[in-house]
Amino acid sequence: MYTKFKLFSPQKMIHSLFLINCSGDIFLEKHWKSVVSQSVCDYFFEAQEKAADVENVPPVISTPHHYLISIYRDKLFFVSVIQTEVPPLFVIEFLHRVADTFQDYFGSSNVGDTLPTGQLSNIPWRRAGVKYTNNEAYFDVVEEIDAIIDKSGSTVFAEIQGVIDACIKLSGMPDLSLSFMNPRLLDDVSFHPCIRFKRWESERVLSFIPPDGNFRLISYRVSSQNLVAIPVYVKHSISFKENSSCGRFDITIGPKQNMGKTIEGITVTVHMPKVVLNMNLTPTQGSYTFDPVTKVLTWDVGKITPQKLPSLKGLVNLQSGAPKPEENPSLNIQFKIQQLAISGLKVNRLDMYGEKYKPFKGVKYVTKAGKFQVRT
Amino acid sequence: MSAAPAYGEDKGGSAGPGEPEYGHDPASGGIFSSDYKRHDDLKEMLDTNKDSLKLEAMKRIVAMIARGKNASDLFPAVVKNVACKNIEVKKLVYVYLVRYAEEQQDLALLSISTFQRGLKDPNQLIRASALRVLSSIRVPIIVPIMMLAIKEAASDMSPYVRKTAAHAIPKLYSLDSDQKDQLIEVIEKLLADKTTLVAGSVVMAFEEVCPERIDLIHKNYRKLCNLLIDVEEWGQVVIISMLTRYARTQFLSPTQNESLLEENPEKAFYGSEEDEAKGPGSEEAATSTVPTRKPYVMDPDHRLLLRNTKPLLQSRSAAVVMAVAQLYFHLAPKAEVGVIAKALVRLLRSHSEVQYVVLQNVATMSIKRRGMFEPYLKSFYIRSTDPTQIKILKLEVLTNLANETNIPTVLREFQTYIRSMDKDFVAATIQAIGRCATNIGRVRDTCLNGLVQLLSNRDELVVAESVVVIKKLLQMQPAQHGEIIKHLAKLTDNIQVPMARASILWLIGEYCEHIPKIAPDVLRKMAKSFTAEEDIVKLQVINLAAKLYLTNSKQTKLLTQYVLSLAKYDQNYDIRDRARFTRQLIVPSEQGGALSRHAKKLFLAPKPAPVLESSFKDRDHFQLGSLSHLLNAKATGYQELPDWPEEAPDPSVRNVEEEDLSLIETHVGLLGEYTEVPEWTKCSNREKRKEKEKPFYSDSEGESGPTESADSDPESESASDSKSSGESGSGESSSESDSEDQEEEKGRSSESEQSEEEGGKRKTKNRKKVAEGQGDGSSSDEGSDSSSSSSESERTSETEEEQVEPASWRKKTPPSGKSAPVAKEISLLDLEDFTPPSVQPVSPPTIVSTSLATDLEGLTLTNSPLVPSLLSPASGAGRQELLHRVAGEGLAVDYTFSRQPFSGDPHMVSVHIHFSNSSETPIKGLHVGTPKLPAGLSIQEFPEIESLAPGESATAVMGINFCDSTQAANFQLCTQTRQFYVSIQPPVGELMAPVFMSENEFKKEQGKLTGMSEITEKLTLPDSCRSDHVVVQKVTTVANLGRVPCGTSDEYRFAGRTLTSGSLVLLTLDARPSGAAQLTVNSEKMVIGTMLVKDVVQALTQ
Repeated sequence: MYTKFKLFSPQKMIHSLFLINCSGDIFLEKHWKSVVSQSVCDYFFEAQEKAADVENVPPVISTPHHYLISIYRDKLFFVSVIQTEVPPLFVIEFLHRVADTFQDYFGSSNVGDTLPTGQLSNIPWRRAGVKYTNNEAYFDVVEEIDAIIDKSGSTVFAEIQGVIDACIKLSGMPDLSLSFMNPRLLDDVSFHPCIRFKRWESERVLSFIPPDGNFRLISYRVSSQNLVAIPVYVKHSISFKENSSCGRFDITIGPKQNMGKTIEGITVTVHMPKVVLNMNLTPTQGSYTFDPVTKVLTWDVGKITPQKLPSLKGLVNLQSGAPKPEENPSLNIQFKIQQLAISGLKVNRLDMYGEKYKPFKGVKYVTKAGKFQVRT
Repeated sequence: MSAAPAYGEDKGGSAGPGEPEYGHDPASGGIFSSDYKRHDDLKEMLDTNKDSLKLEAMKRIVAMIARGKNASDLFPAVVKNVACKNIEVKKLVYVYLVRYAEEQQDLALLSISTFQRGLKDPNQLIRASALRVLSSIRVPIIVPIMMLAIKEAASDMSPYVRKTAAHAIPKLYSLDSDQKDQLIEVIEKLLADKTTLVAGSVVMAFEEVCPERIDLIHKNYRKLCNLLIDVEEWGQVVIISMLTRYARTQFLSPTQNESLLEENPEKAFYGSEEDEAKGPGSEEAATSTVPTRKPYVMDPDHRLLLRNTKPLLQSRSAAVVMAVAQLYFHLAPKAEVGVIAKALVRLLRSHSEVQYVVLQNVATMSIKRRGMFEPYLKSFYIRSTDPTQIKILKLEVLTNLANETNIPTVLREFQTYIRSMDKDFVAATIQAIGRCATNIGRVRDTCLNGLVQLLSNRDELVVAESVVVIKKLLQMQPAQHGEIIKHLAKLTDNIQVPMARASILWLIGEYCEHIPKIAPDVLRKMAKSFTAEEDIVKLQVINLAAKLYLTNSKQTKLLTQYVLSLAKYDQNYDIRDRARFTRQLIVPSEQGGALSRHAKKLFLAPKPAPVLESSFKDRDHFQLGSLSHLLNAKATGYQELPDWPEEAPDPSVRNVEEEDLSLIETHVGLLGEYTEVPEWTKCSNREKRKEKEKPFYSDSEGESGPTESADSDPESESASDSKSSGESGSGESSSESDSEDQEEEKGRSSESEQSEEEGGKRKTKNRKKVAEGQGDGSSSDEGSDSSSSSSESERTSETEEEQVEPASWRKKTPPSGKSAPVAKEISLLDLEDFTPPSVQPVSPPTIVSTSLATDLEGLTLTNSPLVPSLLSPASGAGRQELLHRVAGEGLAVDYTFSRQPFSGDPHMVSVHIHFSNSSETPIKGLHVGTPKLPAGLSIQEFPEIESLAPGESATAVMGINFCDSTQAANFQLCTQTRQFYVSIQPPVGELMAPVFMSENEFKKEQGKLTGMSEITEKLTLPDSCRSDHVVVQKVTTVANLGRVPCGTSDEYRFAGRTLTSGSLVLLTLDARPSGAAQLTVNSEKMVIGTMLVKDVVQALTQ
């Protein structure tokens, strides 16, 4: 793990790094320059206390002698100590890469790496001498729909964000070109460093020598003037009675523009107002939970069968005496549609140069809900 | 030594995160001793000969270090293993050494010889790692050894080792800053390195050791620019940031020509976009403002930097994108900055910390360059799941982006936010509404009404915040709002939040003359509860008492004295002080009346209204993306961004020998072994060659070399990217142009109108050009050969930069005023095809409208009959120009709002487009190209017109769904050979369609739309406008509404629905015979309502 960090140079700007778990224990520290006492984290804890919840801890904290830049990932705080001017995003980006590396590292079991070979390869992102018996290249086109739907069901905001994740297991130094049927759909693209920008600019072809293994090839946004198909609709009626300790809750989900595919993996999450004590609901399908502490209602719906639309209805128990909540909570919806890229993006072909063998190629499409919110 | 595990176990949750100073606690001694025992077996393991045991021991030790435990007592045992053959053990020993060498310097010296040996190892990896560890050992005594090692490594044949040498430089510098001079030498050497691997690291060293030695960069500047794209991401950030500073010292400001337009950033931003669509006129306006200055020519090196950084906006690294964004913000000509918006908006999908930083920067940028982010308005909409700190930043951005055009949408969003459960956020929203209200006069009353409604909100915090904001708004125009102040006065009974109470009391005191009856009563109540009030409220009670005493002493004398007496014995000394001070001031005493004579002046002085402005204003004096910018304070080590120089320093310092460029290592080298050279490397090669071919300017003459001008460049360079952002605002910016000009134009046009009464079928298009040629306004040149003058004007626009013309020669494009959002161009000189001036949708003379109506009827393609009672005589606004015939190279395009339902989609506004071909050749394949529309808007294109013969005209119908907003629809009009960017902005009255309604229905619906949805305005009708016929006609000209039958004669009612959402728009005009009238509009689209009222009032009163 140590050697992996050596690849990065930001450490030259970061003094120290502390890892803190959610109960406030500093369980790991690393100093790149002189040692900074753990007590510097007190300023962080102070800010954390003030922020009420973890999401609102300011990422940059100024202390008398240092600056603390932190991120929150997987229930851990990564707190870095900085002494001089540095672009904050530089540090934040680095911390996220560290977190990514942790994830990779603890996910796999290749402890005891030998010295890294990456930096000696002519191509910084690919090690030399890769060998596979089965040569395969898989691409996952994953699109997410971000949307805000207003009370009346009309779309306030919707856009499609997509990524192409690749899993490349090819021997030697393959040089790949991936082309699309409709590349013009991609409005704003960000690239893995392996991609040749000029080639994309001139021909709209992704040309690259891939890193070995799993990586994100591109992220993209679909141009905004294309209307976004919203695959589901939600009928909702949530009401709280004045001067009464109960309210009604009734939501139904149905398919809308789903391109004839099955919508599955539907989950509805609702942050109910604080005055809600409990909920007695009956789902026609799937199961629901309500956490009376966090006031989060989660309904695991499964997939929609158009013959019988899933619904969840019942009573809401409110704290008696408290005024009725003013706002109805918004519904956060998750879903998944297999074998469909909602934007209509299609991979045309994948060509390989530089190596003689014939690789096995595959493309998979999936559409998911991103930040999909229905205001009620 | 530490007890961390135990500590971790018995701590429940995050109970006490503030007490991590543990380990010295005697209670944890048990664990202490077991640690010692464990250390003993570690020592044993390290002493064995088995590598596996050593490795195990080292792993455990490194784990201890990582957990912050002290393992220093193991130093002797560990250091022995530095020469261990096993590379895994060795690595871990290095980790240990780096951590503890500083504490155990003497022992650490034992290991130095091992590293020195390592520096000579044939394996580059071992050389590098030896140098890395050696330079990480912070022992002053080895400084000379380190220096030597760095110098040697800097000339190592392996770039990897050279990179490590660059990394070692700042470490040595921080250990001993006396070595600076020697280190600079090494940096200079490494800066000349041509590998991408070294570039980032050496610039980082440069930034830390000698950022002031900008002269070291000159010779390497072009190389760094060219290498940039292949440098690893971290290096890119550092290089870009350094080059930003460099450019600020070496090049001239690309915005100097635009500096006079600084006041109106939006206009400046769109300036050059407009040129494309509107032809030469506006461009001239921009340059004519600085007629005396030497035309600005961008240094090719400056251009090189901009060009080579632009692709990095596509980087996956947020830090790189931000770095490029700040570079463009600080260095690019205004017209090019727009390209960064899209990339920054993309980062908003990233982790919340990234969002936080990006939003801070966007907030700063959006103040200076609002237009840039306007197309992405909706990307800043807030979700209930966003963390509060993100919500508040997004709100800041939304507020900065709000303008006359989008304020309807923004306010509608804000209405949703007000009901949020997150009360901090609600409070911030109310503040934001306050800021919108101050910035955009048109919606001030709407906002104020909305805020007043919030006063009956159940949540006290909401009420309190509203009071505070209302106070600020009222201060701007107190006289009109006696009612609101009264309402607030009543609230003192209920509202408990001190800040709000204090605000109300201050308002009552300040404007007590507006509420002479209520004010003393409030004081009475406050006197009663005085002792129970918060301090801040007490101070305001004293303040109120003093003011009332001065204005109305008869009623309040006793009360005031009572309050002052209470205050005199208050626990708080501030209050006691204030009471004493006030008493002396207002109550005339025997000895000193000098002050009390001026008491009125002191207390009742007019106070300036507070300015509600963004906290991000002027933050851009910090380099964007920097820590200092984020903190809004200078961080240690922050390098100020220098101001542009007045005169450009000698550009020849960057010249290098030709061969240097060709030697630059690129990916060609990397890929050398492949038979096929990939396309992109060819490209980059080609470009480099091109770069070389360019004659590097003859030293002294900047202009004679290959030059690019800031003004002309965006077309070629960034047009495609910034198109969308540019166009959406162009309609607006034109409407904001100089009003003086407009008046002049109007005067002139009316002059010529009188002489010509024929309502021409074709509208003239070349007025712009003519105005330009005849700047002095003489309208005698009727017979001017239009074709020759058109070609002349084209030439003018092309050769813009070279010509320095007297400003008077160039006339601005005649702009249209705000009151008439639709631009209208009238011919001054081509009298033969002159159109009646139905410019203002507001009040065209009756005759004109009628003639226009017949005119239009003749033109319409569809046969759907007009409903005379329902539809206005014709469209509200006459023909508008879409494309001038000069700009269109002979193709002239006008449009009218036909007010007929659009057949394809009932939500669309039907627009008739009239084409006429005044060129010599037929125009083929007329169609609409890809529209770049703000989200929500959509266009139903007209069927392609295959050919338009010279002199012929044609009409087509297209539908536009404006989404109930007055945003402009921008699209391209394409012919076979050309594309024109055009824009249609609807007057608010065209966004609706009439509905039939009975009087009862009308009243019922009106009853549902009160409160915030009701906008009322008083007006006086001029004599000319008192007859039924005229009133109805004027209203229907402005708005596409249907008349509702009405019982009483003085009342006029009109009803319609907005096209997209179908929201009702009800308009009532209550006209007294005296001429006094009241106009009421009820609509849930309150902004449409507000705009409509304004338009109708203007129409009726003119």
